[in-house]
Amino acid sequence: MATATTTAPAPTTRIRVPAGGWRADVRAVKIVWQRELIRFSRDRLRIVTSLFQPLLFLFVLGGGLSRVASAGTEGVDLRTFMFPGALAMAVLFTAIFSAASVVWDREYGFLREMLVAPIRRGSIVVGKCLGGATVASIQGVIVIALAPLVHVPYRFGMIVALIGLQLLLAFTITAAGLMAAARITQMQSFMALTQMLLMPLLFLSGALFPVTGLPQWLAVLNRLDPLTYIVDPIRHVVFAQLDISDVARQALNPGVTWFGWHVPIGVELLVVAGTAAAMLAIAIAQFRRA
Amino acid sequence: MSQTATVQAHRPEDEPAVHVRGLVKRYDEVEAVRGVDLDVAPGETFGFLGPNGAGKSTTIGMLCTLVRPDGGSAHVAGHDVVKERDEVRRNIGLVFQDPTLDGYLSAEQNLKFHAELYGVPKALVPGRMRQVLEMVGLWERRESRVSTFSGGMRRRLEIARGLLHSPRVLFLDEPTVGLDPQTRSSIWRYIHELKQAEEITIFMTTHYMDEAEFCDRIAIMDRGEVIVVDTPAALKASVGEDRVRIETDDDGAAIAALRSRFGIEATRSQGAVTFGVESGQRFVPRLFAELGVSIREVTVARPSLDDVFMSYTGSSIRDAESGAARVDPMAQMMRKGR
Repeated sequence: MATATTTAPAPTTRIRVPAGGWRADVRAVKIVWQRELIRFSRDRLRIVTSLFQPLLFLFVLGGGLSRVASAGTEGVDLRTFMFPGALAMAVLFTAIFSAASVVWDREYGFLREMLVAPIRRGSIVVGKCLGGATVASIQGVIVIALAPLVHVPYRFGMIVALIGLQLLLAFTITAAGLMAAARITQMQSFMALTQMLLMPLLFLSGALFPVTGLPQWLAVLNRLDPLTYIVDPIRHVVFAQLDISDVARQALNPGVTWFGWHVPIGVELLVVAGTAAAMLAIAIAQFRRA
Repeated sequence: MSQTATVQAHRPEDEPAVHVRGLVKRYDEVEAVRGVDLDVAPGETFGFLGPNGAGKSTTIGMLCTLVRPDGGSAHVAGHDVVKERDEVRRNIGLVFQDPTLDGYLSAEQNLKFHAELYGVPKALVPGRMRQVLEMVGLWERRESRVSTFSGGMRRRLEIARGLLHSPRVLFLDEPTVGLDPQTRSSIWRYIHELKQAEEITIFMTTHYMDEAEFCDRIAIMDRGEVIVVDTPAALKASVGEDRVRIETDDDGAAIAALRSRFGIEATRSQGAVTFGVESGQRFVPRLFAELGVSIREVTVARPSLDDVFMSYTGSSIRDAESGAARVDPMAQMMRKGR
């Protein structure tokens, strides 16, 4: 129990809270971001669980299927091929979990503390997205560290590029998750919805199998999946480090085409950034109304 | 965001802390708040009394800018709750009945978060944090995670957090609900100390009658309307007389003397003489001086706020609550995360 203070109350500081402005918004973004990091660092279980599935796919599924797949991989280990996909997967799961924290925040009342503050709602959304992006990138770095196990060498340039791509992916996914979390108040519903959407999006993106020579309907869905345009650059960065035959490169890292036109990586990144911006705008609009 | 430059002909300290005229809120076809008028002076402790569903939480929600009024106007700390929402928010502290702390963070981190969101000048944050934590007796526990705190400690931390940005008005929605009596009284001790340390207006809701007595003034609300606003003493005086009970050596003589000297009809029951007077406190000295019969024991019972509530609303607060399972719109809205 607290001991009663024996001294008279000290003269109190009268705080004058200054009017808002961009500085206030920057402070708000920063503290929301920091909170995400603190919470992540205190939740060790989450670090392990969101790595579990990607590693399961990479080493168990990838390892198990490698013999069956060896006919089509032109001598490249299937796990090497799947490595960019596993990386995307780890980032994806962590980011969606960050967005889910809004649902918890609502349930435990903390969202109210944020929503009644004299700041723009947008600052909260941006802070959450940056927090999700940072946390997911930390998870991604753990996966990157495993690269040599699947015959991908450490290269400084590659690691920097991968971290950049991860940040973009995680930001987009957190924004999409927040968009959903603005409306969904039940954790079960949120998890069910994201599970239902994430897996198909991941499969269709070509994270786990090459997208060349797909049946027409799959090819169309693949081009419509925004994840396609981030998985491809990630794979491109990884494959640039590999010493493999041109045939293998052509088969496993063919790039994305629109009606026969080979989409440059710059355009792919624009597609992802555009998606991120749209998701963010919708999420902010929804929190304004919430 | 551009800030409205409010023209201030006089110091904001002189304005009423809360100024409400004809405030209305409808949920579908139900009028939850039906034309409420209120004025709360700076520095006052104002109690809002009424059963759940009376409309007090909805009213507080509108004053805190969380619920949009459908009619009338409300100013808090001199700012319009609709047009100057952020100005109002900067000047109020909120403590709700449901917790809004992050259990993963320490007490200190929860306060830090609040200070940053409210834009408390950086140089002042450490000092002010220490002040409010000491005020609620949690300074020693500042580094502990909130998930390890008891219900009472959490409520105290919420009060500290509500005060962190030196609000002019502190809203407390049922600050002691769900706490054990000992913790309740300690929360009240902190509120009293706070009144001495800070220049602050407290606007609180409660349905504990004994706690309402701590307020300077009380508004009784029922079915969306404010029925009466006055000091607890005046409210009690308005419902009727104090009951005086005396034990004397000669009850018959005492009853006769009361009739002849004071014109009071007393009755004898359970070995004592009882009667009603307007003010027991003023009457007792006269009684001793003029009765002429020796008195062994005297008790003066003032009408309780329960009696007050009963006389204004026609039902006791507990009946009003259990009678209708009325929904609390504030709680519903809060769950939606507004």
